[in-house]
Amino acid sequence: MTLGDIGVPVVPEPSGGPDLVQLLTPEGERVEHPDYPLDISAEDVRALYRDLVLVRRLDVEATALQRQGELGIWASLLGQEAAQIGSGRALRPGDMAFPSYREHGVAWCKGVQPSELLSLYRGNDFGGWNPAERNLALYSIVIGAQTLHATGYAMGMQRDGGEDAVIAYFGDGASSQGDVNEAFVWASVFNAPVVFFCQNNQWAISEPIEKQSRIPLYQRARGFGFPGVRVDGNDVLACLAATRAALDAARTGQGPTLIEAFTYRMGAHTTSDDPTRYRLASELEIWRLRDPIERVKAYLSRSGQADASFFDSVEEEAVDLAAQVRAACVDMPDPDPLEIFSEVYAEQTPHLTAQRDGYAAYLDSFEEAQH
Amino acid sequence: MATYTLAKALNDGLRAAMDADPKVLVMGEDVGKLGGVFRVTDGLQKDFGEDRVIDTPLAESGIIGTAIGLAMRGYRPVCEIQFDGFVYPAFDQIVSQLAKMHYRSKGNVALPVTIRIPFGGGIGAVEHHSESPEAYFAHTAGLKVVACSNPADGYHMIKQAVASDDPVIFLEPKRRYWEKAEFDQSDTPQQLHQARVIRPGTDLTIAAYGPMVKVALDAATAAEEDGRQLEVIDLRSLSPLDSDTVLDSVRRTGRLVVVHEAPVTLGLGSELAARVTEQAFYSLEAPVLRVGGFDTPYPPSRLEEDFLPDLDRVLDAVDRSLAF
Repeated sequence: MTLGDIGVPVVPEPSGGPDLVQLLTPEGERVEHPDYPLDISAEDVRALYRDLVLVRRLDVEATALQRQGELGIWASLLGQEAAQIGSGRALRPGDMAFPSYREHGVAWCKGVQPSELLSLYRGNDFGGWNPAERNLALYSIVIGAQTLHATGYAMGMQRDGGEDAVIAYFGDGASSQGDVNEAFVWASVFNAPVVFFCQNNQWAISEPIEKQSRIPLYQRARGFGFPGVRVDGNDVLACLAATRAALDAARTGQGPTLIEAFTYRMGAHTTSDDPTRYRLASELEIWRLRDPIERVKAYLSRSGQADASFFDSVEEEAVDLAAQVRAACVDMPDPDPLEIFSEVYAEQTPHLTAQRDGYAAYLDSFEEAQH
Repeated sequence: MATYTLAKALNDGLRAAMDADPKVLVMGEDVGKLGGVFRVTDGLQKDFGEDRVIDTPLAESGIIGTAIGLAMRGYRPVCEIQFDGFVYPAFDQIVSQLAKMHYRSKGNVALPVTIRIPFGGGIGAVEHHSESPEAYFAHTAGLKVVACSNPADGYHMIKQAVASDDPVIFLEPKRRYWEKAEFDQSDTPQQLHQARVIRPGTDLTIAAYGPMVKVALDAATAAEEDGRQLEVIDLRSLSPLDSDTVLDSVRRTGRLVVVHEAPVTLGLGSELAARVTEQAFYSLEAPVLRVGGFDTPYPPSRLEEDFLPDLDRVLDAVDRSLAF
């Protein structure tokens, strides 16, 4: 007996299956979807293209910085630019986002500076931005934990009134976590204004999606009592339209939505990983043809919405950004050792104050010995 | 002055906290209509509504995880974990998320979340309903851990915990919920993170917290009949641990016995013994002794009287200390 025999849909091929929402084909052809109309100006598409190119450049530069020993580790977003920029640009300033650890494109949309982003991976701190200022929570490394924080935050918004919403990012691996499933239960029964944005990049380190789920992930939402939709995660327009619709539903009291952005992690899980041990080069080639940036470029060119000078100017900007990212990384000062003791508590304890003072005196003793 | 049970004092304290700050929420399993399995939240949902007293799904990680999000939004959630042994499904949310957010965010995110846990044994319950998980949390930087032992402290300490900008694990000795005492709610409370000498004495110090405070006091009363004056300290705060109060006492009495229900290995008694040895070594007339649960799982309830420190085991330790 196969899965199909018992009515369980088999996990689809890279096409994403018949329910995949797509507004821009891999060939760069604009198509319509009855449920997700998108009225978007040429200027806005060009802006999305610019975002895609710049975050890929940021990612490439950070990967290089890791190889040169400037970052301890890096989690590349290569291949997932459209999912992150499409959803990130659907957010309004008041919307709060809860990322996992690969959401550099979302951080970009929220105005996080390269130094604020890289400081986590350099080992200077745990994320250099203020969540309340950027409306972006710090990266969550324990997978799925942040989906509960997002749901609770949404419950707070619900109590406060207003028209803001929350988006929670996680991956296909995290969908197996208890916390994600608990977040679905909470969001559903409290009708919380939260959008669950799952980037199904097909691989949780070396574990393929088949090891996480016997059904397409978006179909899980139904079991929790809210809608689920699968979008082409390499299609920035589809991601934008679907996220905007889900956020609007959340804002207007219609509760949560699960969006499964069907995409692919082109690189390794992190710079510590070796994907050649667990996946075939042919798989990578199939997905290379579905590149999220090339299709926007093809669409803009063919439809006459951008010319060579536009693409050249974006490329120049990318080169400048890479230089900024590099400078922001290598110029970052090491943290003060006594920061170890700072901000453990809102109200510092006498015991920790004594430990800090003791360590400060110990460090000073070396200084004095040199004089 | 009025007479309260600990459960009623906690209920009044929660009510006062909710009255004082509209951002205070109560959440957990059965906290609404039922008023909690120990009735500590009795009547709160009726008076404050379902948006502020939230009956949650039955999933502890979800309770703490959503409380973190609510706190990030500016609320002050008070979570009830129904019984000590059920806090473990929420362990990651407590020790990796709740405890660390202030530190990770360089102080930009404060999480004023209070987690109430009825803890300890002695009520004849089935497994997972009688545990003492305090050492796990006291070992975790970023959390504050307190244990009340009597109605007056129950009333004041829960208000202080809710008002604290730090996450507080608030341990309630479930077998003392129905014990009564008089106190005046308008009295000025002691600071939350201070231990208290609750019975002065000269011959030996007993330090205890939560359910064991009564046992320690009973031991001091019994020892007095033998002409021994025992000083009893209610630690009240386990993290930060107010060892200064204990050290002051030990410098006077020269002897310390620490009593708790949790297994002795790596428990609060170990920490106190280490600090007293480091800081008051020359005041000691005897080694610091620990009386606690055995290093076993909490046993079936027909054996819990053997597991839990009682008057005789405490007095035995007192005898051994004084015999040095």
